[in-house]
Amino acid sequence: MPLEVNGKSFETDEEGYLANLSDWQPELANAMAEADGAELGENHWEVINFLRSYYEEYQIAPAVRVLTKAIGKKLGKDKGNSKYLYELFPYGPAKQACKYAGLPKPTGCV
Amino acid sequence: MAVLHTVNKSPFERNALESCLRLAKAGSSILLFEDGVVGAMQNTRFSERIAQAMHDFSFYVLGPDIKARGLGGDKIIDGIQVVDYNDFVDLTTAHDTVQSWL
Amino acid sequence: MENGEGVVKKFCYINRKAPYGTIYALESLEVVLIAAAFDQDISLVFADDGVYQLTKGQDTEGIGMKNFSKTYTALGDYDIKKVYVEKESLEERGLSADDLQALKYEDEDDDWAEKDSLFIVGRNDLATIIDEQDVILSF
Repeated sequence: MPLEVNGKSFETDEEGYLANLSDWQPELANAMAEADGAELGENHWEVINFLRSYYEEYQIAPAVRVLTKAIGKKLGKDKGNSKYLYELFPYGPAKQACKYAGLPKPTGCV
Repeated sequence: MAVLHTVNKSPFERNALESCLRLAKAGSSILLFEDGVVGAMQNTRFSERIAQAMHDFSFYVLGPDIKARGLGGDKIIDGIQVVDYNDFVDLTTAHDTVQSWL
Repeated sequence: MENGEGVVKKFCYINRKAPYGTIYALESLEVVLIAAAFDQDISLVFADDGVYQLTKGQDTEGIGMKNFSKTYTALGDYDIKKVYVEKESLEERGLSADDLQALKYEDEDDDWAEKDSLFIVGRNDLATIIDEQDVILSF
């Protein structure tokens, strides 16, 4: 089902992940969050932006364990734990945050 | 023009390039692409064989496949012409037939 | 070897194909990343044309494929600290260590110091490494 934002239609897969990485824009993340009944704050954006730069550098979405460790190193120990990340993204940090960031589903994430 | 021979396998892994060199008639053209570009590299086990074969054949190698594998320009054997996809098409039409050594 | 959470086995992935021409290299990398979640003792081996997977400066724009060579540099994040490249395979191809990407990991037990995870080894040493494995996966 395509995602409608600002009068434009964006292709997604059956689980709602963006089909084309290059289509991504912040409004899409907001629209996806809204559909999930969530609202994105600064803390969400920190993670989303981190994921986008990680993908840019390594061409993969990191596994949760890798994400947690890296976030802790970059944004501080209080944020580098799965409790913090699950509070922000209750559907799973890797799954939900990657979706909002326009990345493919993380490798190894069933 | 005679035959364009194409090789898309690495000589380290398959004998496609070897068979091509054995069965291509002098005056033919040989284009290396995909994993076959490895055969165009200097200082490999095959470099000398290729350099010798250049007396008989015109060698071409597909640039985008070289770049994809991080095998830059200075690593290619002198005298092998680097071509792009358009040149590939031109080579195909300029020859009477194409033999793909798969 | 028991660590309280289960048995840790020595897993070895042997990579012998050039990238992009076939799907082996990418498939291997994906399996490695998935299996890394299981906290096993992982080694990667690159021999024969597999050494081409690790060359630096890969640019796949012209062939319209994903440049997954960048992903090898993330292996350290996945606690993969042992990547072995056969010396003789490099030499036979006119390549040297300078032609390969640097692969590093951060050592948690040493104040996150960056350390090399890529080792160029001769064939005798590599034979020993392979011989010591519990599980070998071939690509």
